[in-house]
Amino acid sequence: MTDFLLGHFNYAVVIVLMMTGLYVVFASGNLIKRLVGLSVFQTSVFLLYITISKVEGGQPPIVAEKKDGDHASMADAVQVAAAGPASTYGGHASDVIYSNPLPHVLILTAIVVGVATLAIGLALTVRIREVYGTIEKVEIEALDYKFNLEGTAD
Amino acid sequence: MDILSSVLDVAPAWLLVHGSALIVVLPLMVAAVLAVMPSERVAWAIALMVAIICAVCGFVLVAQVYGGNQVTYSMGGWDPPHGIGYVVDGLSAPILLLISLMAVVCLLYAYPSVRVEVEPKKRAPFYAAVMVCFAGLLGMVATGDAFNVFVFLEVSSIATYVLVGMGASRDRRALTASFNYLILGSIGATFFVIGLGFLYMETGTLNMADMGRILRDLDGGSRVAQVGFAFIVIGLGLKLAMYPLHLWLPDAYAHSPSFVTAFLAATATKAALYLLLRFTFTIFAVDFSYVGPVDTIFLAGFGIIGMLLASLQAIFQTDARRALAYSSVAQVGYMLLGVGLGTAAGLAAGYIHLLNHAIIKGGLFIALGAFWYRFGITRISDFSGLGKTMPWTMAAFTISGLSLIGVPFTAGFVSKVNLVVAAWEAQSYWAIGVVVIASIMAIIYIGNMLRHAYFGQPPVVNGDVVAKNEAPLMMLIPMWILAIASIAIGTNADFMTALANQAADVLIPLSQGGLP
Repeated sequence: MTDFLLGHFNYAVVIVLMMTGLYVVFASGNLIKRLVGLSVFQTSVFLLYITISKVEGGQPPIVAEKKDGDHASMADAVQVAAAGPASTYGGHASDVIYSNPLPHVLILTAIVVGVATLAIGLALTVRIREVYGTIEKVEIEALDYKFNLEGTAD
Repeated sequence: MDILSSVLDVAPAWLLVHGSALIVVLPLMVAAVLAVMPSERVAWAIALMVAIICAVCGFVLVAQVYGGNQVTYSMGGWDPPHGIGYVVDGLSAPILLLISLMAVVCLLYAYPSVRVEVEPKKRAPFYAAVMVCFAGLLGMVATGDAFNVFVFLEVSSIATYVLVGMGASRDRRALTASFNYLILGSIGATFFVIGLGFLYMETGTLNMADMGRILRDLDGGSRVAQVGFAFIVIGLGLKLAMYPLHLWLPDAYAHSPSFVTAFLAATATKAALYLLLRFTFTIFAVDFSYVGPVDTIFLAGFGIIGMLLASLQAIFQTDARRALAYSSVAQVGYMLLGVGLGTAAGLAAGYIHLLNHAIIKGGLFIALGAFWYRFGITRISDFSGLGKTMPWTMAAFTISGLSLIGVPFTAGFVSKVNLVVAAWEAQSYWAIGVVVIASIMAIIYIGNMLRHAYFGQPPVVNGDVVAKNEAPLMMLIPMWILAIASIAIGTNADFMTALANQAADVLIPLSQGGLP
C-alpha cells in the first residue's frame, strides 16, 4: 500500500488537492473563499496533466544538437517528440527520450482560462460587495429573501 | 433538396473551402473591435452583420454536408493529428446554422431591449461579449479537436458570465446568479477537462476521430477510459442543465437581460447537448459495455425525472421567466430521453426537439422581454389583460406557447410525435406516458399565463383602463419570425426530419463499428 502510494505520489497529491478544492467551494459561505477553492480545484487538474506528460528519464523537448541550417529536420524532431510520451528523436541521435510537451502546452491554455475565470469571479465579488455590502452567502440570501418579500423585485 | 444544391452553385469557391473556419474566426475578431467601439449603434449594426454572414456560412455548410458529406479544415495549414482540424458533418452543420440564425433573430431584438436594460457606457462592450460568446458556441460545435472543445467551451462560458452579470442594472440578483453560474460552470468545465486528460492518457491523441478509432480498437479501453467517460458526462451534464445539475439555470435565466436569456436559452444548452451526443456516440460508442447502460439508465433516467420534477416546479413559479427556465430544464429531459432510447429514431427525435426547442423558447423569452420593455413586469399575475393591451405580442407568445405544449400544426407537435413513435418502436411504452404527463404539465403552466393574459382585466390606472400599448416593431419582427417558423415546421417537417435523420446516421453507423 505504502509502495503503491509512493509510486503514485503525484496522483495522490492531485486527488487530495482536487477534493480539498471542491469541498471548499461547496462548504464555505464567503465568496472569496469559494473562488480560492475553485482555483485549487482547477490547479489540481494542471498537476494531473503535467504528471501524465512526464516520461521516466525524459529530457525537455528541446533539439539537442544543431545542424547548421537544417531547419527541416528540426521541425521533424519536434513533431516526433510531440507525437507520443516515449517518442525518440527521429532520425539522428535517436536514443534521446523526451517528455511529452503537448500536455504542458495544453495546460498553458488552461491556466489562461483559469486566470480569466478567477478575474471575472473577483470582479463579480467586488460588484456584489458594492451592491449588497457583504460577501457572505448567508447574508446575501437573507437580503434577497427580504427583497422578494417586500415585493419590490422587478 | 433543390434549394441546398442551388446554394452550392451560387456560393463562391473560397466560402466552400474556408466556411467552417470563417464562421468561428469572424465573430472572434470582430469582438475585439466592438470592445473599443464608441457608438452602441455601430456596434449593434456590425454585430448583426457578422451574425448574418455567419448564418450564410452555416447555410452553405448545411448544403455542403447534405447527403452524408464532411467538410474538413486544417487550422493554419497544420494537418491533424498535430494541428487542429475542424470537422463539420451532418450532426454539427444544422446546429451551426441554428446558432447563427438565432443570433441574427435575437440581435434584431437586442437593439431596443439592450437600450432599456444595460447602462449606456456598457452597451458596446455588451455586444463584444455577445460576439465572444457566439464565437465560442460556434467553435465548440465546429472543431474536431477535443481540447479545442474545452477552450471554446470556456470562451463562451466566460462571456456568458459577463452577459448574465450585465443584468445588474435592472435587477441586482443578476450578480449572485452570475457568480453561482461561474462556480458551477467552472466546475463543469474542469470535470470535462479532467475527463479529457484521462482520455489522452488512454489514447495519446486529442483528435476526436483518432480518439474514437483507438478506443474502438481497444474495445472501449480500460478503466481509465471509463473514468474519463464519467467525468465528461458529468461535466457536460452541468453545462447542459441535466436535471439534478441544473441549479444555476433558473437564476441565470430569470435575472439576466432579456436578450441574453433568449439567446442563451436558444443556443448555450443546445451546443453542450451536441457535445454530449458527439462524445457519447462518436468518440465512445453505445456498444461499449459501460456506455449503453449510462445512456439508457443515467441519461434517460435523469431526463425523465427532470421532465416531471422541473415541469412541476415550473407550475408553482410566480415569475414567468423562472417558470420558463424550469421548463427549459424539462425540455432538456425530452432530448435526453431521445438519446436514452438508443435507437436511430430516438436520436433523430431528440435532435429535432433540440432544434425546435431553440426556436420555441427563443420566441417565448423574446415575448417576455417585450412585456418587460413596455410594462416592466415578469410576474405571471401581472400578465392580466395583456391579450388586449399587446395583442400582437401576446399572439406570438401564444403560438410559441402552444408549440411548447405540442399542439398539432406546431413545431413542438412534430418533435413529440417523433419521440413517441421512437419510444413505441423501442418498446419503451412507459416513456410515452411520461411524455404525455409532462405535456399536460406544460398545458398547466403555459395555460396559466394565457389565462391571465386573455381572461384577466387590464389594470386601471387613474381611472382609465391601460390603453393598447404594442411592443416596438424591432421586437415584433423577431418574435413573429420564430412563431411563423414554428408553424412552418409544424405543417411541413420534411426538412427538419431530413436533417435529423442525417444527424442520426452520423451517430449510429459510427458506433456500430468502422469509421467511414
